[in-house]
Amino acid sequence: MQAEAALGRIGLWFLLLLGSIGVMLGAKDTPFAIQAGMIAALALVMVFMTASRFDPAGKARGFFHMPEGQSRYDDDPVRWATIATVFWGMAGFLAGLVIALQLAFPAYLNFEPYLNFGRLRPLHTSAVIFAFGGNALIATSFFVVQRTCRVRLAFPALARFVFWGYQLFIVLAASGYLLGITQSREYAEPEWYVDLWLTVVWVSYLAVFVATLLRRHEPHIYVANWFYLAFIVTVAMLHLVNNMAVPVSFLGSRSYSLFGGVQDALTQWWYGHNAVGFFLTAGFLAMMYYFVPKQAERPVYSYRLSIIHFWSLIFLYIWAGPHHLLYTALPDWAQTLGMVFSIMLWMPSWGGMINGLMTLNGAWDKVRTDPIIRMMVMALAFYGMSTFEGPMLSIKFFNSLSHYTDWTIGHVHSGALGWNGMITFACLYYLTPRLWKRSRMYSLRMINWHFWLASLGIVFYAGSMWVAGLTQGLMWREYGADGYLVNSFADTVAAIRPMYLMRAFGGTLYLAGAVVMTFNFIQTLRGKLREEAPMTETPYDPVADRPLTAVPAA
Amino acid sequence: MANKRIDQPTGTETVGHEWDGIEELDTPLPRWWLWTFYLCILFALGYAIAYPAWPMLNGGTPGLLGWTSRGQLAKDMSVADQAHTSMREQLAMIPIERLADNSELMKQSIIGGRAAFRVNCSQCHGSGAAGSQTLGYPNLNDDDWLWGGDIKAIETTLFHGIRQHGDDQTRQSAMPPFDGVFKPGQLDALSAHVLSLSGKAKANPEGAALFEQNCMSCHGMNGEGGRNVGAPRLNDAIWLYGGTAADIQRQVQNPRMGEMPAWGGKLDPVTIKMLAAYVHSLGGGENFVEAAKDPAKQTNVSH
Repeated sequence: MQAEAALGRIGLWFLLLLGSIGVMLGAKDTPFAIQAGMIAALALVMVFMTASRFDPAGKARGFFHMPEGQSRYDDDPVRWATIATVFWGMAGFLAGLVIALQLAFPAYLNFEPYLNFGRLRPLHTSAVIFAFGGNALIATSFFVVQRTCRVRLAFPALARFVFWGYQLFIVLAASGYLLGITQSREYAEPEWYVDLWLTVVWVSYLAVFVATLLRRHEPHIYVANWFYLAFIVTVAMLHLVNNMAVPVSFLGSRSYSLFGGVQDALTQWWYGHNAVGFFLTAGFLAMMYYFVPKQAERPVYSYRLSIIHFWSLIFLYIWAGPHHLLYTALPDWAQTLGMVFSIMLWMPSWGGMINGLMTLNGAWDKVRTDPIIRMMVMALAFYGMSTFEGPMLSIKFFNSLSHYTDWTIGHVHSGALGWNGMITFACLYYLTPRLWKRSRMYSLRMINWHFWLASLGIVFYAGSMWVAGLTQGLMWREYGADGYLVNSFADTVAAIRPMYLMRAFGGTLYLAGAVVMTFNFIQTLRGKLREEAPMTETPYDPVADRPLTAVPAA
Repeated sequence: MANKRIDQPTGTETVGHEWDGIEELDTPLPRWWLWTFYLCILFALGYAIAYPAWPMLNGGTPGLLGWTSRGQLAKDMSVADQAHTSMREQLAMIPIERLADNSELMKQSIIGGRAAFRVNCSQCHGSGAAGSQTLGYPNLNDDDWLWGGDIKAIETTLFHGIRQHGDDQTRQSAMPPFDGVFKPGQLDALSAHVLSLSGKAKANPEGAALFEQNCMSCHGMNGEGGRNVGAPRLNDAIWLYGGTAADIQRQVQNPRMGEMPAWGGKLDPVTIKMLAAYVHSLGGGENFVEAAKDPAKQTNVSH
């Protein structure tokens, strides 16, 4: 029986192997052939592994010190996604530092063609948003939905497919960028075939999540799950609409978008803005709504606020995209709507910050003693800052100064490094000991080090980019008394070079913090405990951490 | 499941639900939050009435203020243009070769040309017009001119560009590639001779003979260059593509030849006049000589 199943699996992998070799031979362009070759190599490895009854998952579980035996919740996909979060985080931060240095030293660090700035930049953005952020969202959503519904994951096999399928998406996307495959859409660079694959993975993700919600043993759906669901559903919609395209050939990597001109621009920024809104805001607010009250051991500040800010946030966010196209060919009326919806979005965004911060009422002392809480507070502070800055920059008066300058880069990174990064680190520090059944992280002091390195890094990064952005904006528009422009573009580039160096320094600090985290993470997996002066930690109750068994009908 | 209780530290009642140990307080919406939200909505409504906003069947509502982004741009531009209207009108009337007679207009033209240079020319020639030897963009500050350095010649070069297809008055020429024509020893001799023209190497009879056969017709007997075909001067210290023997040999074998856009199709004639005045003023501008047949015989005048 088992042998037959193995034989069947070998057959499937073999078919995939043949198919991808066929695609490779018939490919219209070399990069597409290379990507098909990668799939063929994967299939070949899987054929051999299945045939030799080699159990790669089991070996890898041993390597990563995963706890033995059936856990009460289905935490294996969560553990895998946690490891992937740390790995891709390091890759993404490193890529970010490299491109920051490329901008500071363009003459020495421009490696044509595979590692030039144009190919590495999407590698960085995709790695941090989709690989680091996406795996953090998969890990935490699978963890949280089980705990708050008190059931195991529905469709465990599909949940594993979601994880591995998502990693394949990341690898295809990243290698494609370096090979020069791109459809040139911001945050959606992968070409049609990778988009189709992601659609399959994402629909599976939705199926696992919704089915788990439907099987819940709690009467109500917890607020974190509203946000996760909004994130998964909306990202599916954004992905489908933004990537509508016709492939030039089914054996080639190129495609034509269904949209053209200003409609295309608007579609791209409708997608791009809501990738920020639903991936990096809604999804990460979901993380906040579970892990902040858990770590603080305090009730959520206001149930009513969570309802009002959830619905107003998801209703208003989806319309704000046109603010990326102020003073462009986009019709004036659409620009106005993008701006006013962004202004109305201010308070709904802050609702999440208020609910997070005020949850600490009665536990504020932990900001001094608990490094994880400290990270969460910093994350919420940066969330509040960037969600104020966003509506402000969408006002035409400010936008005319800030648009196309590094102010935008500073704004994005105060949100990404401060909010998304910090809250993810905090969640990783909460999750890791619980997932690997350790009494605590290897070192809480190192979490503190990470906190300070990351915070200082953000200050250098955001500060230098704010100064650079203002410098650019003011120099670009500077008219002399003679009525002519004063500066050439190259003059403005030369003026901000010191800021580029400072930005790279900030990025180095941030990366150093992540290195400390990775070390701490690996040591925790290995079951080590650093001897150090204690800090506050939140106790773990293994008895309460279990699904509710179904109550038989009376 | 509904276990409402009063939370001790805050004194607020919980809602009564619990998920994995997480409870929720029944705190009312913060008043400042709610009122700020209302104010933002009011501002948004007011703004959407005052400015173009509501999509209709054919375009959006125009808004009470009648504002459009194109209208604002046109207004700002006309205000900026008015400051220069009289100067531009004068400049349009005057032939470029007569510009030097009107020193005030010349001064204004140079100022305007400097601004236009920053926007349109600095990408290749650099903000300071020093060009780039690595990339082969000529330095405009010196008195070495490929196609002529009087203000009229500069204007012509600007207007019609260099080696531009589709412009029958463009500056046109091509240096033939000598790749494979010379033996390595001959190449060394030739480059030595070229360097000797500016005193950077000893005289080389073999190279001189080769030069006379192959190069003299364009670059001149003594390497003084030929402006009718844009052949660079070789007997000075100024080099377009580098001045080492290796640079010269590379250029002989596979010559690089610069192109410049024909700005006549992109900029208005007055702006081109201002650009010509600015480039002419940089230091190497030559006096305009009426009906000069051989530009090489013109005298250089440094400002």
